[in-house]
Amino acid sequence: MATETLTIGKALNTGLRRALENDPKVIIMGEDVGKLGGVFRITDGLQKDFGDQRVIDTPLAESGIIGTAVGLAIRGYRPVCEIQFDGFVYPAYDQIVSQVAKMHYRSRGKLSIPMVIRIPFGGGIGAVEHHSESPEAYFAHTAGLKVVSCANPQDAYVMIQQAIASDDPIVFLEPKRRYWEKGQVDLDAPLSDAYPLHSARVVRPGTDVTVLAYGPMVRTCLEAATAAAEDGRELEVIDLRSLSPLDLSAAYESVKRTGRAVVVHEAPSNIGLGAELAARITEECFYSLESPVLRVTGFDTPYPAARVEEEYLPDLDRVLDAVDRTFGW
Amino acid sequence: MAKGDPGGTTRSRRAAPRSRKGATGDPELVQLLTPEGERIDSVTGPDGTEYRVDFTDEEYRGLYRDLVLVRKLDAEATALQRQGELGIWASLLGQEAAQVGSGRALRTQDMAFPTYREHGVLYCRGIDPIMPLGLFRGVDQGGWDPNEFKFNMYTIVIGAQTLHATGYAMGITMDGKTGTDDGEAVIAYFGDGATSQGDVNEAFVWAGVFNAPMVFFCQNNQYAISEPLERQTRIPLYQRAAGFGFPGVRVDGNDVLATYAVTRTALDNARHGQGPSLIEAYTYRMGAHTTSDDPTRYRIASEVEAWQAKDPIARVKTFLEKQKIADADFFAEIDEQARRESVDLRERVLAMPDPEPVTMFDHVYPNGSPLLDEQRAQFSRYMESFEGSAH
Repeated sequence: MATETLTIGKALNTGLRRALENDPKVIIMGEDVGKLGGVFRITDGLQKDFGDQRVIDTPLAESGIIGTAVGLAIRGYRPVCEIQFDGFVYPAYDQIVSQVAKMHYRSRGKLSIPMVIRIPFGGGIGAVEHHSESPEAYFAHTAGLKVVSCANPQDAYVMIQQAIASDDPIVFLEPKRRYWEKGQVDLDAPLSDAYPLHSARVVRPGTDVTVLAYGPMVRTCLEAATAAAEDGRELEVIDLRSLSPLDLSAAYESVKRTGRAVVVHEAPSNIGLGAELAARITEECFYSLESPVLRVTGFDTPYPAARVEEEYLPDLDRVLDAVDRTFGW
Repeated sequence: MAKGDPGGTTRSRRAAPRSRKGATGDPELVQLLTPEGERIDSVTGPDGTEYRVDFTDEEYRGLYRDLVLVRKLDAEATALQRQGELGIWASLLGQEAAQVGSGRALRTQDMAFPTYREHGVLYCRGIDPIMPLGLFRGVDQGGWDPNEFKFNMYTIVIGAQTLHATGYAMGITMDGKTGTDDGEAVIAYFGDGATSQGDVNEAFVWAGVFNAPMVFFCQNNQYAISEPLERQTRIPLYQRAAGFGFPGVRVDGNDVLATYAVTRTALDNARHGQGPSLIEAYTYRMGAHTTSDDPTRYRIASEVEAWQAKDPIARVKTFLEKQKIADADFFAEIDEQARRESVDLRERVLAMPDPEPVTMFDHVYPNGSPLLDEQRAQFSRYMESFEGSAH
């Protein structure tokens, strides 16, 4: 078993490399993905090794990146598009929701758009406006798209390859503040068997409260669970991994055992993923619940200036506070 | 012209072959058949390219048949909308030559990306003309196989398809399918209004930068619903190409011969690796944008009349008559064929069944979705609960 210690960023890079090696139809396209290797260096070295026909520096226009990728997909390619930052995806929004998401349906299955749209998302890196957003609800709300987010190097490596291999169009959200975090990666990990792309995973078992998170908040929740354990509470942390479709069976099973649920995400609470999870869990686990499903989220403001983002972002204390409140009913 | 000499070559029939720059009173416009039905031997476009066609009599008659059939089927669809059988219809009336000329210029291997008005191109691609009526009737979203017919699905968001076309054309290059007579090319259709869209301009950038085997075919029908051309541009649209680094040409879009010649040349250039070009087919939408708007609110009768004098079908008929390429029997036969096909279309549209409601859940994802499957199952149970009831 070839195991290496990699950062999430390097794991993504290695996964992309594997995908390029395994399928000549895979192409990477985006702004600065070539010589620079992307502003986060996720595509570092790929153009050098696979050429500028496979790793394409595009003109600076997001709608064009996605729109031309639609045509390439119709032609039989498997485009992997990089959107440089979350807040830059909106010029491509129409192409993503009106074209990428609907082409299969529109053609009654005659066309597929096996596209991956990689978006570094979320805050916590002290960036300026438009560089720290969490747009997942927009995409998860759109039928025809699938949305996933990785939270550790092993998943980053496996999930990016699974997403590229999938015939579904997938928005792939990368937790940019965690790009530099390291972990063990099994480079021979099977792509389909152990963890299907659209499955949630219990990343820390517990008995008292189910904490649901994805992407950058998984680590925050794991830290909260460690802290809670010192107070004698065992939090069960679930990494949702797939935001659309949600893998709810893991959540239901857990909540029926613990009786309590807290959903944590950076995105604003209003009409967010947390609302969907709370509604679903309430409907399915009503007689098991000891308290309402609570949400710990960003606020319903535009992403604020960097000097106050630590207050905006859910942190260990806010998660623990919500856990406390679930015991107050 | 060698009148009464049907056995002669096309060239010999031209009594007064002329080669000239531009056409009647408009040096910008490539024209090979005047509104009066006069043939022009060849025309040199603004970029120096010489345009000509060399059709046999049979081919001339075929083009006429296409034009008449396409107009008749379109009229039938408009009538069906008026009778409540279609929710809406986007008529191509007046644009038959632009669509048939460009559609017939496509080779089998070429791929087309239409808007929602390209019924004439669809017809030229060999697709059953009933296909788009399902979309407008609301029983499906267009039923043809884009790969089989090399004609993509209709695109309703303005200009979005120009990017798809450009990406597809990039794929052709990546596949090494340019540089020969067998090379592939792509044509993207859009209107004058679309030229204001970011996507169209981004497609121009992309196609230029990647030298994509692309033809941008703009049917300038003078109006974007109610907004006249002056609301979209302050220069002739074909001139925009220069700013993106590829040739642009304006063709008389009511002239099926010139449209054919210009499109064929542009496609051949593309397939041989010479990159993109922009064609502005200068035409006029004789009817409404769709059956939902009222053009009398935004344009005057004299303008419509002026364009009626440039009718794309009348001029071909005059030409065929003058040159004795076709006689009264031929025209009667075509009219009868068009009548039969429109009756057939009508009967088949009326017989189009509504889809089974549960099929709305089909084809959302190639790989399916458990949550959607669950919703479908719930819906099926709900629908079954009505069985046997008075519902």
